[in-house]
Amino acid sequence: MAGPSRSPALNFGRAEARPAAVDDAAEGLRRDLRLIAEMIDPGARVLDIGCGDGALLAHLVRHKNVDGRGMELSQSGVNSCVGHGLPVIQGDADRDLEAYPTGAFDVVVLSQTLQATREPRKVIETLVRIGRRAIVSFPNFGFWRIRLHLLFCGRMPVSHLLAHPWYDTPNIHLCTIRDFVAMCDEIGVRVDRSVTLDRHGQPYSLDPHGSLANLLAEQGVFVLSANRGHLNAAAKPPGRQG
Amino acid sequence: MSALIPSRLRSRSDPDWPGHRLLVREPLRLDCGIDFGPFTIAYQTYGRLNPDRSNAILVCHALSGDQYVADPHPITGKPGWWETMVGPGLVLDTERFFIVCANVLGGCMGTTGPQDINPETGEPWALSFPVITVHDMVRAQKRLLDHLGIESLFCVTGGSMGGMQVLQWAASYPESVFAAVPIAAAARHSAQNIAFHEVGRQAIMADPDWSGGRYLTLGRRPVRGLAVARMAAHITYLSEAALHRKFGRNLQDRHAVTYGFDADFQVESYLRHQGSTFVDRFDANSYLYITRAMDYFDLAVEHGGSLASAFKGSQSRFCIISFTSDWLFPTSESRELVQALNSVAANVSFVEIETDNGHDAFLLHEPELFETLRGFLTGCAEHRGLTRSW
Repeated sequence: MAGPSRSPALNFGRAEARPAAVDDAAEGLRRDLRLIAEMIDPGARVLDIGCGDGALLAHLVRHKNVDGRGMELSQSGVNSCVGHGLPVIQGDADRDLEAYPTGAFDVVVLSQTLQATREPRKVIETLVRIGRRAIVSFPNFGFWRIRLHLLFCGRMPVSHLLAHPWYDTPNIHLCTIRDFVAMCDEIGVRVDRSVTLDRHGQPYSLDPHGSLANLLAEQGVFVLSANRGHLNAAAKPPGRQG
Repeated sequence: MSALIPSRLRSRSDPDWPGHRLLVREPLRLDCGIDFGPFTIAYQTYGRLNPDRSNAILVCHALSGDQYVADPHPITGKPGWWETMVGPGLVLDTERFFIVCANVLGGCMGTTGPQDINPETGEPWALSFPVITVHDMVRAQKRLLDHLGIESLFCVTGGSMGGMQVLQWAASYPESVFAAVPIAAAARHSAQNIAFHEVGRQAIMADPDWSGGRYLTLGRRPVRGLAVARMAAHITYLSEAALHRKFGRNLQDRHAVTYGFDADFQVESYLRHQGSTFVDRFDANSYLYITRAMDYFDLAVEHGGSLASAFKGSQSRFCIISFTSDWLFPTSESRELVQALNSVAANVSFVEIETDNGHDAFLLHEPELFETLRGFLTGCAEHRGLTRSW
């Protein structure tokens, strides 16, 4: 499922304010969202899955003139987005992405939501089918603080930011950066670009395949595409208004 | 023949009712194959059309509604059915938008319907009126908009059967619809809904005064049948929770049950009132025709069985709205619509609003509905380049 909002995502050791419902300034965006916003070309057709309160989508629509759509699991998030003029539907990343045609979007964003899906592998395959590119960010469970927490406390990591105990969490498929890269290799999804962020949201320039990134990065942001030639040649849908 | 019609019945399509009339001379090819016309469209407008004619919103009314969206009903004197939505400063802001609402083809508030005189016979059409469809209603509305010089509607909206018309507009005239907001609607009428309609129609036809539909010629009216039809239908517009909240098992003006068939319970009294007031303003044959139009509605069938094909290439911005307690047009049907729109990568928003007001929620005070629609329209107006003043 698309997470109820982005706030329950794992973000160990970093205090974080929930973005305002519709925040115009990039400075108000969460670090990883700001990074994602920078990766998106003006005027692109964008689907933001698990768009939460619509902060990223609003920023992209207002400042990058994208043709943006959103999908969000929580009804209150959806209603708030639509009430702010953002085209968002209530939906579930596991169930509701299949309907989109191949190549429907230039960019599909799945930010801090992958770990809450039932079938992350299938979701990633669908993302690179419906989008020419997919931008995926997720918390790195190999982050040193998590490792130490498990090592010394012997219990599932719960921080003030990760308020969910193991028996009541939407985050059901946690992985490390190396796990994620391995899965992409396995299913033939190309990693076009990767950025790892430290606990302050500052980008590292570390090879995501290496063990150092896997230890130091709190989260990873990956740009993916289908590793199949025919998908790149897939027919583009007709252009849209606005 | 019209001399045979009692004045009270004749006055039902009173030319003195407020609003506009358009006589459409060029016949309309109906789905049933008949070229129908000339015919009259009765409509209301609110607000002003801007110089580039880009601020028009078409409001489509539901089965028992009419064009009196935001002014008093000429028969009942009751406020307009959407006066909470349409007016200065309201969501459909008449200081900003030009709102048009037309009585549907087959209706009984001024647009040609079965109660009007068939010029060929000089008698009311009754059952010789052609069976019309939702698509036919929309074709008639298109004629009106052509007459008004409105090539592109900023928005088409409406609830229930009004929502069906919205979808038909979006499918038939996509280039004329910038934004489409079907509320508490579906792309087809379900078996359960057809079943309820059939109960209503049978109630009307079982009334001896219906007289094979010729009641106007005979100076009668099937008021009992129509009232029962309305009572049965009205239950489907509410929800179990709302009925319980409003009435429970409360008794009507008495302390104990009477061991008879009087309206002991408040809910009975309420339904009887709904039935008896409805017959004052609605024509029984219109009820038959309009319910039939809804039953026949299935947008996918028109497009080779694929709902998605109905919207292929659509540039319109959709906002689908459903209500949690609506069991007539449940959220699942809105979701099917959303899936179909997604499959052609249409621009779609979808909101389900939590309420116990059932299907009728679209007519009631639902703050979240207002906020959603206001936000959606504001976003659309920005994209359309509609400024606040002109």
